[in-house]
Amino acid sequence: MITAFDLAIVGTGPAGMAAAITASELGLSVAVLDEQPEPGGQIYRGVERLAISRAKHLEWLGPDYAAGLDLARAFRKSKIEYFDAAQVWQIEPVENGRLFYKRNGVTGILNAKKFLIAPGAMERPMPVPGWTLPGVMTCGAAQTLMKANGLAPEGKFVLAGCGPLLLLLAAQLLRAGVRPAAILETEVHRWAALPRLPGFLAAPGYLGKGLALLREIQSGGVPYHKGVTHLAIKGDTQAREIEFACSGVTHSEPVDLVLLHQGVVPNGNLAWSMRLAHEWDDAQRAFRPVLDAQGRSSNPAVLVAGDASGIIGAKGAQAMGQVVACAAAIDIGRISKQEVNERAIAAHAELAKHRGARPFLDTLYRPAQQWIAPRDDNTLVCRCEEVRAGEIRRLVLEQQCPGPNQMKSFVRCGMGPCQGRLCGLTTVELIAECRGVLVQDVGYYRIRSPIKPITVGDLAALDVPLRSDAVNP
Amino acid sequence: MFKPLPHSTDASVPVVVNGAAVSVPAGSTAAAAMLLGGAGHTRSSALSGEPRAPYCMMGACFECLMEIDGEANQQGCMVIVREGMRIDRQMGKREVRE
Ligand code: FES
Repeated sequence: MITAFDLAIVGTGPAGMAAAITASELGLSVAVLDEQPEPGGQIYRGVERLAISRAKHLEWLGPDYAAGLDLARAFRKSKIEYFDAAQVWQIEPVENGRLFYKRNGVTGILNAKKFLIAPGAMERPMPVPGWTLPGVMTCGAAQTLMKANGLAPEGKFVLAGCGPLLLLLAAQLLRAGVRPAAILETEVHRWAALPRLPGFLAAPGYLGKGLALLREIQSGGVPYHKGVTHLAIKGDTQAREIEFACSGVTHSEPVDLVLLHQGVVPNGNLAWSMRLAHEWDDAQRAFRPVLDAQGRSSNPAVLVAGDASGIIGAKGAQAMGQVVACAAAIDIGRISKQEVNERAIAAHAELAKHRGARPFLDTLYRPAQQWIAPRDDNTLVCRCEEVRAGEIRRLVLEQQCPGPNQMKSFVRCGMGPCQGRLCGLTTVELIAECRGVLVQDVGYYRIRSPIKPITVGDLAALDVPLRSDAVNP
Repeated sequence: MFKPLPHSTDASVPVVVNGAAVSVPAGSTAAAAMLLGGAGHTRSSALSGEPRAPYCMMGACFECLMEIDGEANQQGCMVIVREGMRIDRQMGKREVRE
């Protein structure tokens, strides 16, 4: 028999945890699934463990990270059914649809009236020459290693790119006594961002925290190169040298490790696999699902919360989790609009504050064209199938390849194990640029479930038919 | 490439990385164990054979595919270490297994 719930929530980052707490308080029966063995998502990854065995690390990572502990504790106390280490690989996006997951090597199914997905964000792919070499990772990867594994970079390493996470990581490492050899900051748009400053100032704490990070980095004595316009990583079997240009001068430095970052974008494969309507967010240069103010998607069975809805940050995601859980409870008919009003209004106001800070950050750190549509023809775009930028350009210009799905049939671009996660945005930006059209007119890959690795054996072990037509019409 | 930070009371878990004994903090992932063990590259591309290593550490990029306890194509950044776990590089195309 398949267990049925009112609401199935995917993700235990701030949005998922907050949604779970709210939904259970409103009387819904809730299942929560996340692929990690502990709650927190990427932002609060490992926070419960750190509180027990690595208090000093908790201090280094800072109060915004430690704030996840209260949320994780409240989540643990809430009356929900929590499936940890469960990879959701398919959801039938219909009311009373089935959700398929894999946990401890076994495939499971559950049923839910509605689905609230909160799969969070991932770092925007930053294809530069040499980015596939061992010794090149993302800033988020280094931060995850610090949080989840208590590890820090060794040897000569640099942070290259831009965005709040890059600066935060630099400060966190400095607090731990680990000093980057340099920060290579790609162009930021201070003047363009200026008119958006009021919204940023209205969100309490943002400016103060930003300035404090910059001061920490400065007093840490990290060489800080601004306005970097070119990056290339060189090496035979491992990153050995980084070449960068700023103010018209090209420099070259030996390195052991390069940590790239160019902001974060919605982690979209689950939403795409359910065929939710998407729109292009030009300020964030990413697709996001089309949602109403309460997180309802184009499909009545599916709601979306947190960074997966468009980047809003951890605190914004937490508020949105509450907002969307209220909407789910109303839609399921568990509670009336009036009954939930007060709670929903407070959460909405909180969400609006954090959203208000985004336009400034989005403009300040808007990635320049060369980081999202690589200039150098030889740069790998699709890491899995090894498709280079020049190949994509050639297919568009000479073969009239119109979009990302045709690109799949031409050169398998986006068809490797990562299912386009690391090449999707780059591919569509390149196609749009070559065709001289807008990215929204190019569209995105058609993503099909399973969106997580499962084997033929896993499928065979399921003794129920897969209604794949509900997912892949 | 990576080193353990001080001030940790995490228990150590002994694992075998590319044939060598390595101790890693409990709760670490297999990909972290590889990085701690100084593996350099953790797989080679099935197409060109070029060396690759974990990139995102959050399950998105699939660069961390490796052999864990003899089973190929495991996503190393998503697997938590267990005592005695054998973690090996995955070279070239995965073998087809039943
Ligand atoms: S390192 Fe990216 S999926 Fe494991």
